[in-house]
Amino acid sequence: MADKIHVKTNINGNDIDFLCEPRQSLLEVLRDNLDMTGTKEGCGDGNCGACTVFLDGRIVDSCLVLAVEVDGKSVSTIEGVADVDKLHPVQEAFLEHAALQCGICTPGFIMASKALLEREPDADEGRIRLWLAGNLCRCTGYDKIIRAVQSAGETMQGN
Amino acid sequence: MTSTSNPKSKYNVVGTSPIRHDVLGRVTGKAKYGVDLRLTGMLFGKTLRSPHAHARIRKIDTSKAEAHPGVRAVVTTSDMPIVNDEVADFGETMANYRLLAELCLANGKVLYKGHAVAAVAADDIHIAEEALDLIEVEYEVLPPVLTVQQAMAEGAPLLHEVMTTRDVAARFTRGTDTGVASNIASRIVFQGGDPEAAFKNSDVVVEREFNTKMVHQGYIEPHNETAFWAPDGHLTIWTSTQGAFGVRTQISKTLGLPEAHVKVIPMEVGGGFGGKIRSYMGPTAALLSKKTGRPVKIVMNRKEVFESSGPTSGSNMRAKIGANKDGKITAAEVYLAYEAGAYPGSPVAAGASTCLSPYNLENFFVEGLDVVVNKPQVSAYRAPGSPGAALAVETVIDEVAEKLGIDPIDFRLKNATKEGDRQVSGVVFPRIGCVEVEEAIKNSDHYNTPLEGKNRGRGTAMGWWFNGGNASTAMVTVNSDGTVGLVTGSVDLAGTRTAISMQVAEVLGITPDEIYPSVGDTDSIGWTGPSGGSRTTFSTGIAAIQATNLVLDEMKKRAALLWETQPDDVTFENNSFISNKNSEDTISFKDLAGKLMGTGGPVSASSTSNPTQVGSAFGGHICDVEVDTDTGKVTVLRYTALQDVGQAAHQSYCESQVQGGAVQGIGWALNEEYYYTDDGTMANSTFLDYRMPTTLDLPMIDTILVEVPNPGHPFGIRGVGEVPIVPPLAAVANAIADAIGVRLTELPMNPGSILAALKDKK
Repeated sequence: MADKIHVKTNINGNDIDFLCEPRQSLLEVLRDNLDMTGTKEGCGDGNCGACTVFLDGRIVDSCLVLAVEVDGKSVSTIEGVADVDKLHPVQEAFLEHAALQCGICTPGFIMASKALLEREPDADEGRIRLWLAGNLCRCTGYDKIIRAVQSAGETMQGN
Repeated sequence: MTSTSNPKSKYNVVGTSPIRHDVLGRVTGKAKYGVDLRLTGMLFGKTLRSPHAHARIRKIDTSKAEAHPGVRAVVTTSDMPIVNDEVADFGETMANYRLLAELCLANGKVLYKGHAVAAVAADDIHIAEEALDLIEVEYEVLPPVLTVQQAMAEGAPLLHEVMTTRDVAARFTRGTDTGVASNIASRIVFQGGDPEAAFKNSDVVVEREFNTKMVHQGYIEPHNETAFWAPDGHLTIWTSTQGAFGVRTQISKTLGLPEAHVKVIPMEVGGGFGGKIRSYMGPTAALLSKKTGRPVKIVMNRKEVFESSGPTSGSNMRAKIGANKDGKITAAEVYLAYEAGAYPGSPVAAGASTCLSPYNLENFFVEGLDVVVNKPQVSAYRAPGSPGAALAVETVIDEVAEKLGIDPIDFRLKNATKEGDRQVSGVVFPRIGCVEVEEAIKNSDHYNTPLEGKNRGRGTAMGWWFNGGNASTAMVTVNSDGTVGLVTGSVDLAGTRTAISMQVAEVLGITPDEIYPSVGDTDSIGWTGPSGGSRTTFSTGIAAIQATNLVLDEMKKRAALLWETQPDDVTFENNSFISNKNSEDTISFKDLAGKLMGTGGPVSASSTSNPTQVGSAFGGHICDVEVDTDTGKVTVLRYTALQDVGQAAHQSYCESQVQGGAVQGIGWALNEEYYYTDDGTMANSTFLDYRMPTTLDLPMIDTILVEVPNPGHPFGIRGVGEVPIVPPLAAVANAIADAIGVRLTELPMNPGSILAALKDKK
């Protein structure tokens, strides 16, 4: 076993440091070392999007990022999306539009949707479908997810 | 959209769309699924799996793995107690406990690639994975059989030397032993009238053969089980399961423990669709925990989910349907041979029972074969057995209508099954909505909007599925502030906490957010069947309504005490108790809830349901496609799913169930398949290569809820979840036939097969 490495990072606005093995993914460290289990593992090879997080403002599949890579960078996860007393408009829209059933893919969809709408709150259906094609949902058939994201976009535009 | 009112519903709460009780945790990452569990001192388990599809295990040497630093225990089948043959009903499938034990740890033979052979518990998952490489297994490789045709061929290798074919008369029965050693585990036949003679006297007869591949439920959360075997001999299992009680029984039977010594705590489930009823790693995790004295968690990776959990059957099928010029069906003959995987238990009996249900037939012959092959043992998958059989019947029906020059829905309406008609299994239909669904198709905007454009086509298909009855327990408690606690034994897969709470709220005249629902573990609530078979909102709903009525009976006694009258003189309506003797004596539910301690103590009630009048539901789908004749790609342009949901319980989640089922069916039709190489290796065991529908592959899925109340439920609710996966396979195939003039009879209808069909056409 290789020596553990000391990583200093910022997660959801908090400076955090942890020890990890070089072979550990960011997803594994979030879930198993830091007990932040909101980020989900659906496949472990970058094909389902359930582990989507922000890394320095860009969305990544955290199963494909080594934990040592986040040294000196900032990470945002589903746990940091809502304020203490207020949901993010995307979360609110998923609630209102019944945009989930089992919910295991939901954190990934919310992170990916938030990334889109922060840049393009006016994204239309086609744009949303293209952007979210890397996130798999097996329960809903996507209809209500797309509508929720459209609605959240309207809220974020102030409509 | 969620909403707390619905002007179309005759009820105050039932039929509306309130926000789900549990959904906040799911959008913030706080909900605890089985995979999220972490216990103090927990070890990580990993399973060694067979690299061969069919082989005898000569020797297993675990010594090097046991000596690896960080490894705490290794188990093989020699650690399992001997389990006797005993067949049990798992709600949607039958299973033999001895074979379930072998499924968890192979005993002497491996029967599919991915079959569990040994397991390791270690300090972390990486150490456990390293240790798997150190376990030495000697195999004697045997030739595999991979399709039903291969398995039934003369001289085919037998998977189970002791297995003989059983003749079965009905679903969920064991039948009689024919004594014939074979890979055919069982044969079921339904027959009526004289189909041979009727075919001879038909104006049109169409017969086709179909082949489909194994497909997976595709839930995003992998299987996971965590076990702690306490020093006092009591075992606790935490798992994402559809049914905690079934897991308890399976684990107690396979480990030889008294049922009361096993407690199963159901965690939130990240998708099941029938695939999370059986326990795959519970006994193994338990044995590892017993050896180490520590909790052990085992989680499958995605490759294991594909190769080692329970997909649904591939098949070889034939359907033959005759009709006369007047549009009446004369006879139907259906042959279904379903892959069971390594152990008996394909859903072929359900396929045979359901596939002709939209039609009232005099002359029919249906034969179903359950065939073992060297692939993972199939599990239930949403309306198990029905979608494949419906592909065969509904495409041939479409072709017969085409040959007769009759609109396919008019053809179906001429032959539609109604209340009082007999199913092929002999069961008489209660009030059903087959005609209503077909009429709704005819009246829909989609069906009445002409489809124009080259290589475009429209297809329709029907589907039918039972509503499972099965037993449920619910407990209702009244809090002093007038709110109500509700505990059910039903695991909540997709909003049933709320759909059941709504029924309690309806009875009490309060709002759903005044109900606080939770899911009990096997020690805290009475026996409840799995959440499957479209039964939870229906059957557990009945248990909850009954428990609520018991609570009201007790509260009437308390009101009577306050008013010095008799309980029989108290009625409950519009959220208030009223004295029949004195109209001024009224008290609201909430106010009386605050007086319970002074009138005899707290009030709670538990009730069980085991409904026999269970009903069933029909769905009908309309699909428009465009086929790219250069690439073979099929694009779904428009899709409408109609379904008789009975009285909709939760409007929005009824729509969502219908949409989700339709899309799983579209994936099954167009892209999904277990792609096997000749040695029995699944070549596409990732989400990259096992191609489930993405956002880009689909249009919005329109839904039309047809509401024909179910006489077997106090509010008329029907089960909803499964029917929507039944029609899509045929609806898509019929649309493709309409678009390019070729009838595809093999799934999936992916670009390669479309191009091949177009080439054959030329």
